[in-house]
Amino acid sequence: MSILLDEKTRVIVQGFTGDKGTFHAKEMIAYGTNVVGGVTPGKGGTTHLGKPVFDTVKEAVAATGATATLILVPAPYCADAIMEAADAGIRLVVTITDGVPAQDMMTVKRYLWRYPKERRTRMVGPNGAGVISPGKAMMGIMPGHIYARGPVGVVTRSGTLGYEAAEQMRMLGIGQTTSVGIGGDPINGSSFVDALALFEQDPETEAVMMIGEIGGPQEADAALFVKENMSKPVIGYVAGLTAPKGRRMGHAGAIISAFGDTAAEKAQIMRSAGLVVAPSPAELGTTMAAVLARKPSRRVMVPQ
Amino acid sequence: MDIHEYQAKELLAGFGVPVPRGGVAYSAEQAVYRAVEVGGERWVVKAQIHAGGRGKAGGIRLCASEADVRQAAKDLLGTTLVTAQTGPEGLPVHRVLVEQALPVERELYIGLVLDRKRERIVVVAHPHGGMEIEEIARREPDAILREVVEPAVGMQPFQARELAFGLGIAAPQVSQTVTTMMGAYRAFRDLDATMVEVNPLVVTKEGQILVLDVKMSFDDNAMFRRPNVAELRDHAQEDPRETEAVEHGLSYVGLEGDIGCIINGAGLAMATMDMIKHAGGEPANFLDIGGGASPERVAVAFRLVLSDKNVKAILVNVFAGINRCDWVAQGVVQAVREVQMPVPLVVRLAGTNVEEGRRILRDSGLPIITADSLAEAAERVVAARDRVKAA
Repeated sequence: MSILLDEKTRVIVQGFTGDKGTFHAKEMIAYGTNVVGGVTPGKGGTTHLGKPVFDTVKEAVAATGATATLILVPAPYCADAIMEAADAGIRLVVTITDGVPAQDMMTVKRYLWRYPKERRTRMVGPNGAGVISPGKAMMGIMPGHIYARGPVGVVTRSGTLGYEAAEQMRMLGIGQTTSVGIGGDPINGSSFVDALALFEQDPETEAVMMIGEIGGPQEADAALFVKENMSKPVIGYVAGLTAPKGRRMGHAGAIISAFGDTAAEKAQIMRSAGLVVAPSPAELGTTMAAVLARKPSRRVMVPQ
Repeated sequence: MDIHEYQAKELLAGFGVPVPRGGVAYSAEQAVYRAVEVGGERWVVKAQIHAGGRGKAGGIRLCASEADVRQAAKDLLGTTLVTAQTGPEGLPVHRVLVEQALPVERELYIGLVLDRKRERIVVVAHPHGGMEIEEIARREPDAILREVVEPAVGMQPFQARELAFGLGIAAPQVSQTVTTMMGAYRAFRDLDATMVEVNPLVVTKEGQILVLDVKMSFDDNAMFRRPNVAELRDHAQEDPRETEAVEHGLSYVGLEGDIGCIINGAGLAMATMDMIKHAGGEPANFLDIGGGASPERVAVAFRLVLSDKNVKAILVNVFAGINRCDWVAQGVVQAVREVQMPVPLVVRLAGTNVEEGRRILRDSGLPIITADSLAEAAERVVAARDRVKAA
């Protein structure tokens, strides 16, 4: 099994006929993703990459039965595209776009909550690499060939650091069920906790790697969630030990502004919650290998 | 993005927020003119820099005559002000704000922030202004008041009233306080701010509510739709290398160390810097060249990193996804030939077409040290730095 996405998931691409949409849709199709069409307002009725193009997401859903969308539209139009997908009943929205205003994301998340839980859209991103279930399907911009099928779930803010983790694991013969890029923005669609909860439920996932960075409360929330709700081992890493306070490190969300925001503080919170923290970013793979080798898993049930 | 105090006050005034009478001056003569214009008998002359802690550093002068105003402006303009928040190099003072000084009865704190945990705008208030919020939170955490704004409807006047009464504002001033908070909220929302910090908000002896000092920061991602805010950017308050980086679509942050870093992706950049530290080095900068590492971008990146004279070695770490390693390698080779590399260069490539990329680096005939893994890259660049230092 995998989470969020597999080879059967019917995927559309918003911003399908643009340069980015075309490039990544081709890569996704080549990887085996079930891309059933795309949306570009004004180009409905045409065909692109051998797939139908629609003017609206509602039309695309009605004609193809799509349940997932990859959004590659420019930042100013991104919030609108996400809400359109949610309104059309899409279940999974993956947003790659970088540079979405924070207040737009606030509005989007408020909008998603207006739907009852059983039809609520799950959103991943923005400003992330997307989602890949190796050997099955990919919705995103990652190089598919560095991922292999296996027992590890990965959730990461950073795209390229996620690639680094996948590569280190591949060298050691360790693959992934699914890798989720939640993105580097201050407000994102899915949190670490959302991904961890799915991995906990997934029977094939044996261990989880979460890769965080400086800024924001999400890593600490996730550590608490692991402590209270997870039976599977989780290894963690937080990038940005050398980052100075008050300076934004590339990602809009990567800024140390409050207590608990620094990499050292987050790593400490993770350790005290029972996560295995990788001693350096070069040891993500070896740390995971050691955890996988240590069976049964870290949580031993002691009879009362 | 940050702006100056006088700019923030002008923006807030446009939303009906009461601010002291005053104006900006670029010269001592203009400062005197401003003082005459605003009237009264006492003025404050405030150095305009993008940092707090100005009062303690001598950047805020109380003046009782026009001659005082002239002298204060003369003293401040053209200097570099070092405060507890600027770092040792300080920030240049090119503008001063001249304001009417009014006798103050009470100081309060009002802050609006984008709360990442709640994913809402939160208004924070405290009955004692003047200190930093971190200090307030440490000393009297129980006295902090909070109102969470529901994004679907925005801040409501009852929330501002609750805060005003909670702060112990006397009944005659409650309505002014509500106007102030609602105005600050609308400015936050309509201008895509990430923070509006009024510290202090004062009640004057005459019972007037006024924003005495304010700091505003904005969402860089939203500046495309806020041209009137974007044009307030003051490059003199920023590291010129950071400004140049932004112009080329790169993200640069200067640091104290001596190992220059050029990396694709913010997370990998931070991790690589961590790895350098782990291997016994200190990074000189954060630099994310983004997804497409074109030869032009790599060349700009080398120039930026080399403009820091502390740099004794450079590490390029690119994990190619969309862009292929062979293409990145060609960019590196071309850029190295252009900039005449004066320090050792370590390059680590990974990802798509990695073998071809490494071959191009090897065959270039350039003195490029290659590395296959993140750990190897960090060790080699630290070793190269040590050799330069020893020489």
